[in-house]
Amino acid sequence: MIKVSIKNLNLFYNKVQALKNISLDIEKNEILGVIGPANSGKSSLLRAINRLSENDYARLSGTIILDDTDIFTIPINDLRRRVGLIFATPVVLPGSIHKNMSYGPKLHRRFKGSELDEIIFNALSAANLWKEVKDRLKDSASTLSGGQQQRLCIARTLAMDPEVIMMDEPCSGLDPISTAKIEATMFELKEKYTFILVTNNTKQAARVANKTAFFLAGELIEIDKTEKIFTNPADSRTDGYIRGKFG
Amino acid sequence: MKDKIAEKLLLFIAFSAILSLLLITFFIFQQGIPLIFKVGLSNFFSTHWAPTRGNFGILSMIIGSLMVTAGALVVGIPFGLACAIFLAEFSSPPIQKTLKPIIELLAGIPSVVYGFIGIVILVPFIREHFGGPGFSVLAASIILGIMILPTIVSISYDALLAVPNTYREGSYAVGATKWQTVVMLLLPAARSGIVAGIILGMGRAIGETMAVIMIAGNALKIPHSMLDSVRTLTSTLALELGYATGDHRAALFACGSFLFLIIILLNIIAIKITGRK
Amino acid sequence: MTFRIGPRTNQIIAYSILLLMTLITVVVLFFIIGYVFKNGIGQLSLEFLTDKTRDMGKEGGILPSILGTFFVTIFAIIIATPLGVGSAVYLVEYTKGGLIHRIISFGADCLAGVPSIIFGLFGFIFFVIKLNLGWSIISGGLTLAVMIIPTIIRTTEEAIKAVPHSFREISYSLGGGKLDTILKVVLPTSLPGILTGVILGIGRAVGETAAVIFTAGSSLGIPTSAFSSTRTLAVHFYILAREGISMPKAYATATVLIIIILLVNFIAYRLMHRFMAKYY
Repeated sequence: MIKVSIKNLNLFYNKVQALKNISLDIEKNEILGVIGPANSGKSSLLRAINRLSENDYARLSGTIILDDTDIFTIPINDLRRRVGLIFATPVVLPGSIHKNMSYGPKLHRRFKGSELDEIIFNALSAANLWKEVKDRLKDSASTLSGGQQQRLCIARTLAMDPEVIMMDEPCSGLDPISTAKIEATMFELKEKYTFILVTNNTKQAARVANKTAFFLAGELIEIDKTEKIFTNPADSRTDGYIRGKFG
Repeated sequence: MKDKIAEKLLLFIAFSAILSLLLITFFIFQQGIPLIFKVGLSNFFSTHWAPTRGNFGILSMIIGSLMVTAGALVVGIPFGLACAIFLAEFSSPPIQKTLKPIIELLAGIPSVVYGFIGIVILVPFIREHFGGPGFSVLAASIILGIMILPTIVSISYDALLAVPNTYREGSYAVGATKWQTVVMLLLPAARSGIVAGIILGMGRAIGETMAVIMIAGNALKIPHSMLDSVRTLTSTLALELGYATGDHRAALFACGSFLFLIIILLNIIAIKITGRK
Repeated sequence: MTFRIGPRTNQIIAYSILLLMTLITVVVLFFIIGYVFKNGIGQLSLEFLTDKTRDMGKEGGILPSILGTFFVTIFAIIIATPLGVGSAVYLVEYTKGGLIHRIISFGADCLAGVPSIIFGLFGFIFFVIKLNLGWSIISGGLTLAVMIIPTIIRTTEEAIKAVPHSFREISYSLGGGKLDTILKVVLPTSLPGILTGVILGIGRAVGETAAVIFTAGSSLGIPTSAFSSTRTLAVHFYILAREGISMPKAYATATVLIIIILLVNFIAYRLMHRFMAKYY
């Protein structure tokens, strides 16, 4: 079943075209890896899907369908609740861990009794962070380590009960152990969510993604099963990038 | 939807400053300008001020304002620049951190306190050592010079800090001393900011009222020396507004209009020079 | 024979002169404060602070002026804070350069340079006479509010600009609208900076004379309503000193005034530093 379907997507910042006629489908409960060198349009793709690009005054044409609905007909706050985005550098909001976790849910509705605490417990557990922070929820979130902060950001997104989780190079600033923890989390969560993982670490895509898309200079060069992309890509540029000839 | 309403509301609020400025302009001009037309420019710019008998000349006050302002700049510019250069180029971060708020504190002291210090210390000092009444252009110049220091210091300091460090390093690299670098490179590079600071300081000096009333003597004549008593535009406003009626009050507003025009002009020049967006 | 000074000697001379001039400036400040304190601290007493003013200020205390200053300042802050903060939010969050930004900025810059006597004239003709509010706490408060709006705008603007852009992105990505983001992330984060602006505004209002003397008046009674005329501390001090009513009382009043100003500046400085250390 197709979760997100993108057709003929073009995106411009002023005169610069960041995405050129992109069409691709993302299956439900799979992890799509997106690889490519810097400025290839990977981040722009994510920012287009939850319409964060509108804040950058970007112009956009084409269609993006989420579960048979055009995303431009979905109220923007709903869309962003359903499609979460994790940034490259973990950004915790000023205030406690608890405040970080409750910020998103509280934007969308009111909670009674322990309902909110339950959501926070579930989200932190799912992000493999509960054990480490359960006694210090009132502590400032900035006292967490970098890896913990990134998992907090993931938990913060999970607390919104999203359908699609997009990650923009979520491990670029992290050590291998923290990276492994986050990859394990993604694996576990795949049953419930659909992932789009932008990464400039091709090995990470090879490890976790079901499908991989290769972007270059705003174009989608090819998209296929991860195995196929990494063993026998159709396009020589894909091959060159994976082998480290450029990028 | 609430986002749209909030934006409209904020836009409305955001115009409060410019709206206030327009209101001020409107009411002061509306009260004052008609009188200028009624009595004519030659009466208005004469030296004879006897507003209850139909003489509305503000020339001696204009000259008075210019004299104390010039005097204030003579005191304020060298000290202001010295402080700014010392802070920005010759002191370590901890010294900067201590000195800057101290100098800024000068701006927080109420003008009536400056005037008071003028009365109890400066005026008697001038009277004893230089002669004259003590209440004088000199006293007003010195006090105003101190009062405009923080303006000149903080704007010049910011301008010096804004000069990229690569300039300094380039200059040291060819063997220039710090002082040579300051004179030949940094001051010219920070020129526009420094000039803006001086212009804003000038605006403060022209507009200052309470301190000047207390120490300038307020005699209605053109002063002939630094030791003579002097009356400025602002002093006249503050001294006479309390009891003025009819044409006399209108004349004060005319005087205020003139002062306001000068200040706005100085502000516009300073804003243009710094070229802030 | 020509006598030449080498660049190193030159540097030492220049340095000494700059140091001397800076020291003189600092000494002048400490002298002013010290001189007032030396002559005023001895006159201070609880009685002076809590007693009515008698015989035009020759006798008694300064309670009416303390109350007057308090009410006029509070009034000004209540009016000016929402306007100043709102303007700054609009400037930073809603305009991207452009004509509107320039107009609003120009208004704030110009208003900041207007001398207080002009505010006094304006407040007198507009609030006191045209709006028929008379010499009153309201007229004085409104006049001061107009005067301190630019201070609050500028400080708040700097504080809001210092909030990292990523905080806003996070809020948007979690489904927050622009208003949610401003109210729940931007303003709470920049609160110390905003408070600094408000406190500096309080400082300006407390020390102001020319703008309040023609709008709040100089009545010595205890204010009973917002329409009461009142005499602020600065005005009271001015009248005591200029009319030579009582030097000891003048020194004591000046001491109170300076203590308030020192306190205000100290708090503002501490707040700003804590805030800037975090985000710059």
